[in-house]
Amino acid sequence: MKRFLPLIILAILFILPLVGLSSYIMHILILVTMWSIIGMAWNLLGGYCGQVSFGHAAFFGMGAYTAGLLYYHLGLSAWWGLLVCIPVLGVFSLVIGFICLRLRGPYFALATLALGEVLRVTAENLVKFTQGDLGILIKQRTWVEKTWYFYVILLLAAGSFFLIKKVIESKLGYYFVAIREDQDAANSLGINTTLYKTIALCLSGVLTGVAGAFYMNYMGYIDPTTVFPLYDISIVTVMVVMVGGVATYWGPVIGALIMVFLAEVIRSVPKIGAAHQTLFGILLIFIIIFLPNGIVGDFRKMVGLFKPRGALK
Amino acid sequence: MSLLQIQNVSKRFGGLAALTDVSYSVQKGEILGLIGPNGAGKTTLFNVVNGFYPPTKGEVLFKGESISHLQPFQICKRGVGRTFQVVRPLQRMTALDNVIASAFLRAKDKPGAEGIALDALQFTGLYEDRSLVSKGLPLGKRKKLEIARALATQPEMLLLDESFAGLNPFEQNELIDIIRKVKAKGITIMIIEHHMKVIMSLSDRVVVLNYGEKIAEGTPKEIGNNPLVIEAYLGEAESA
Repeated sequence: MKRFLPLIILAILFILPLVGLSSYIMHILILVTMWSIIGMAWNLLGGYCGQVSFGHAAFFGMGAYTAGLLYYHLGLSAWWGLLVCIPVLGVFSLVIGFICLRLRGPYFALATLALGEVLRVTAENLVKFTQGDLGILIKQRTWVEKTWYFYVILLLAAGSFFLIKKVIESKLGYYFVAIREDQDAANSLGINTTLYKTIALCLSGVLTGVAGAFYMNYMGYIDPTTVFPLYDISIVTVMVVMVGGVATYWGPVIGALIMVFLAEVIRSVPKIGAAHQTLFGILLIFIIIFLPNGIVGDFRKMVGLFKPRGALK
Repeated sequence: MSLLQIQNVSKRFGGLAALTDVSYSVQKGEILGLIGPNGAGKTTLFNVVNGFYPPTKGEVLFKGESISHLQPFQICKRGVGRTFQVVRPLQRMTALDNVIASAFLRAKDKPGAEGIALDALQFTGLYEDRSLVSKGLPLGKRKKLEIARALATQPEMLLLDESFAGLNPFEQNELIDIIRKVKAKGITIMIIEHHMKVIMSLSDRVVVLNYGEKIAEGTPKEIGNNPLVIEAYLGEAESA
């Protein structure tokens, strides 16, 4: 049963649009699915390999701009971005890995944090190439209906899920976790830590970039502050995984579901809506203290938290 | 032929000379004990051999080739495994997964790695505990797990850094048996140990370090009677 769970869920999601959901609900579903991809990608690097990144907006934005610039400069369909961003993000991740992965722990996190900001400022200022703050607008989106967008992102998410599952169950997965647990010990056990950290970063970067390229196609408009922001992308990525469950297969999916719904719900409350980041912050503190392994990782513990406790137990 | 040659190795950390001109060699198939008072430079020497630090001067040769400027993972690939003084199991992994992670060095696929890992666990007597998370294992078993993990890389030489510290006499005897079995497999061992009974009964030869310099080398019996060694451990005769 448990083995078929991903397939069952996939099948349910596949027929979901057929019941005639409103365009708003479809929009939410698409965002949830897109965020699960970003979360899964971050989880591979941060959750399994232990290299915490606060700059995944860099990869997301790179993917989005790859698609956007292909359309803007070459007149190609932005859908090519989904393919082209794979080599682009691969090379970009290699370069970033070469520079940042020699740093450990918090220093790596800080370097990636800077990376996202550097790219945002660059995209704002290379006006001739990126249109700067004007952003890039796709004049005619492929579909008016949201259903096909949903199928595309669902396919990408399913692909990412199975790819990551495959990777984690292989030699790579063992090496990633070994590096997370103790880099020096892993090194002396014959694991080329730099190489395998770079592989994790490349996989993570490419998947995040693919999500970014989809975002360009789906939203039809990007500018530097919507695809490279620290709060709305980089930090939310970390939160999706932290809330859902670090180093679990389903954590990022659950996290994306909760974060997207929460953001929508909070935004619709009058007056409080503007403070949604404050509430996210409080939620994060709560999660770190009570459920350090996230909802999936600490599911049993969470159930216990809400149960009335007997005096003797 | 000597398997490992340490040639005039010096290691300085800024102004501190942790090792000064240390030379000796380890013969194939023997157990070499490395002893010395606290801060003598024993673990530093391991870190130089293992590749964590490049030597400031001198060279380390393994099977006649210089390994002084290789990374730890490359040295491990060439056949030198090590354990750590402070045990460093991969905490949130089970004992089996810990060993599988290192077994992948020689295995082609996962079933192969699992086979090597299970052998290593059986060899060190951890087979029953294979599915426990290593964080929860008692110290004695974590020490054995370190050895199992190093063995799973199928080394020709094993560096054991204070594997006996903190063990009770029963666990010590178990570990002595394991080390003798490792030797019987033809694996050369260099061991750092403070426990004199263990080092004297296990080692074929002993090297003594004090303040980063080699002060003696010989059979356990010779070392036990060496005045320099006694002085290093107990202080000078007149001040005693």
